[in-house]
Amino acid sequence: MLKQIEGSRAVAEAVALSRPQVICAYPITPQTHIVEALGALVKKEELNAAFLNVESEFAAMSAVIGASAAGARAYTATASQGLLYMSEAVYNAAGLGLPVVMTVANRAIGAPINIWNDHSDAMSQRDSGWIQLYAETNQEAADLHIQAFRIAEELSNPVMVCMDGFVLTHASERVDIPGQDEVDAYLPPYQPRQVLDPEDPVSIGAMVGPEAFTEVRYLADQRMRQALELIPATAADFACRFGRDSGGLVRRYRTEDAELIVIALGSVLAAIKDTVDDLRQEGLRVGALGITTFRPFPSQAVREALGHSRRLRHLVVLERALAPGSGGIVTGDVHLALAAADGRSLQPAELMISTVVAGLGGRPVSRKSLRAMLLRTALLRTDCGGLPDFSFLDLRSDLVDGELARMRAARRSGPTAENMLRDLDVTAPGAARPAN
Amino acid sequence: MFQVRFHGRGGQGVVTAAELLASAAFHEDRHAQAFPSFGSERMGAPVMSFCRIDDKPIRTREPVTDPDALLIQDPTLLHSEDLFAGLTADGYVLINSAKSVAELGLADLAAGHPADRLLVVPASALAMTHLGRPLPGAPMLGGLAAFANPVDLDAVLAAIGERFHGQVAAGNAAAARAAYEYVTAEVAQLTEEKAGA
Repeated sequence: MLKQIEGSRAVAEAVALSRPQVICAYPITPQTHIVEALGALVKKEELNAAFLNVESEFAAMSAVIGASAAGARAYTATASQGLLYMSEAVYNAAGLGLPVVMTVANRAIGAPINIWNDHSDAMSQRDSGWIQLYAETNQEAADLHIQAFRIAEELSNPVMVCMDGFVLTHASERVDIPGQDEVDAYLPPYQPRQVLDPEDPVSIGAMVGPEAFTEVRYLADQRMRQALELIPATAADFACRFGRDSGGLVRRYRTEDAELIVIALGSVLAAIKDTVDDLRQEGLRVGALGITTFRPFPSQAVREALGHSRRLRHLVVLERALAPGSGGIVTGDVHLALAAADGRSLQPAELMISTVVAGLGGRPVSRKSLRAMLLRTALLRTDCGGLPDFSFLDLRSDLVDGELARMRAARRSGPTAENMLRDLDVTAPGAARPAN
Repeated sequence: MFQVRFHGRGGQGVVTAAELLASAAFHEDRHAQAFPSFGSERMGAPVMSFCRIDDKPIRTREPVTDPDALLIQDPTLLHSEDLFAGLTADGYVLINSAKSVAELGLADLAAGHPADRLLVVPASALAMTHLGRPLPGAPMLGGLAAFANPVDLDAVLAAIGERFHGQVAAGNAAAARAAYEYVTAEVAQLTEEKAGA
């Protein structure tokens, strides 16, 4: 049923349609609307689930681990510092092979404290053993949750559905919410591989020494590799039943004969696609590649998608998070994907790869800035030196230079964040201001 | 695509108004998107929200920088912020006030703008009369429907009926209707003056 609906509400409805039995949550912006809506559905008895208010994110993840181990379909949601706070338990859910589903409403990590959107939070947990799916739209965010339960339970591995905080969670738009019968037919009841059952007692969570730890980890890796087969199959079955493409590993956009391809995750793909359309209209061979599944990293799918264009000369990886001192996180995976030998690999020596860090802490990634950045590459076909290997989109060098000057002038230059806010004469960070 | 930017203060229903407009467009089987300026919203602090309406799916998620219409729910913001940034040359402006454009100190803006596209409506007063609370969102949308018409009044009323219930729905609907009539009369008077001049 088509609805004009807030992204958080759409996700709550999709989660409810997936019939979770236990929901644990601790509120944190911008995730809160999702669990608020679920709590309301439980209270109205439209959803038959146990809704646990817990005292922290650590407790939220610990409680869903317990619920999942007891055989319940379990769900939670968080963001930012909340994800960090539950991090120890996040690793445990994956290590124990418990098919929990969690929404991460992507938000920056402090300090400086920042409630706005980027991918720092989810990226920090990229090697926790969770599958990570990134939604491009609210329709996809809703659909991915239904797929996530099926993937998680079939593999016995937790799945994190990442959706951009505010940009998606707080946007009202048209979303097709499926019917309960359709979802029931797609998502069978949970059949646990392991369950805490008083009738047939087992213990879960043994200490494992050097004698078998590697082997447990080996199987975790195998499970993630199986996910690379299962995720596209689950998406294909979803498309078959629900009539739309959501999920999968990667998605190409106008990559045919592209000389330049932009790689990104999440809702920023909207602005990238708009920019690709503009530049294509001007005769420039530009395309985009969206990565929906970031963990496990779909190396082969990325390689195939890029191999699709024989003209490819330049890749721009747009990063919504930063690895300070190292560069781009997604870029590293893209490099590895290209370097993997499969007999028909791209030749990285001829391919220029640039990392562009964009949209940190909620700075909008505008079509105008994307266009200017891409023109620095696409226009200089003989010399791709127009865009450096590593750069920040829309970096305000005046602010940076001002602080650097202060640091040169005095040893006790003071706190950087506060200095910059003073330079900008900002008293309420992020307060509503008309266009710059 | 028709793009609207709402300006007001936390607690005035600025975000709800944008969502109502999007729902109204949805009722007309059109595509719409509404979202707030993402910030640490607090009662009384300046807040913006945005709405886009189109006949085809809307992909962009950028804040609206060049609005076709501006809805200013709190006139005390008029001189503290550049609310009119990016407004298209013949864009629609509706200000929640019982004062005239000149009395609001907007003579300079008015001089360079089509008179029938820069209007006022006493939305808070209408809301007090019909709803008993000074929440200007619904009457602002009624007023917008009367002169910019991105959606019809019926669609606004349908969206109100869906979002609210009982007395609150009835009060908001009555306020929206009253604002629609107010702005319709305002436009008629301007047309008359223009014909007479």
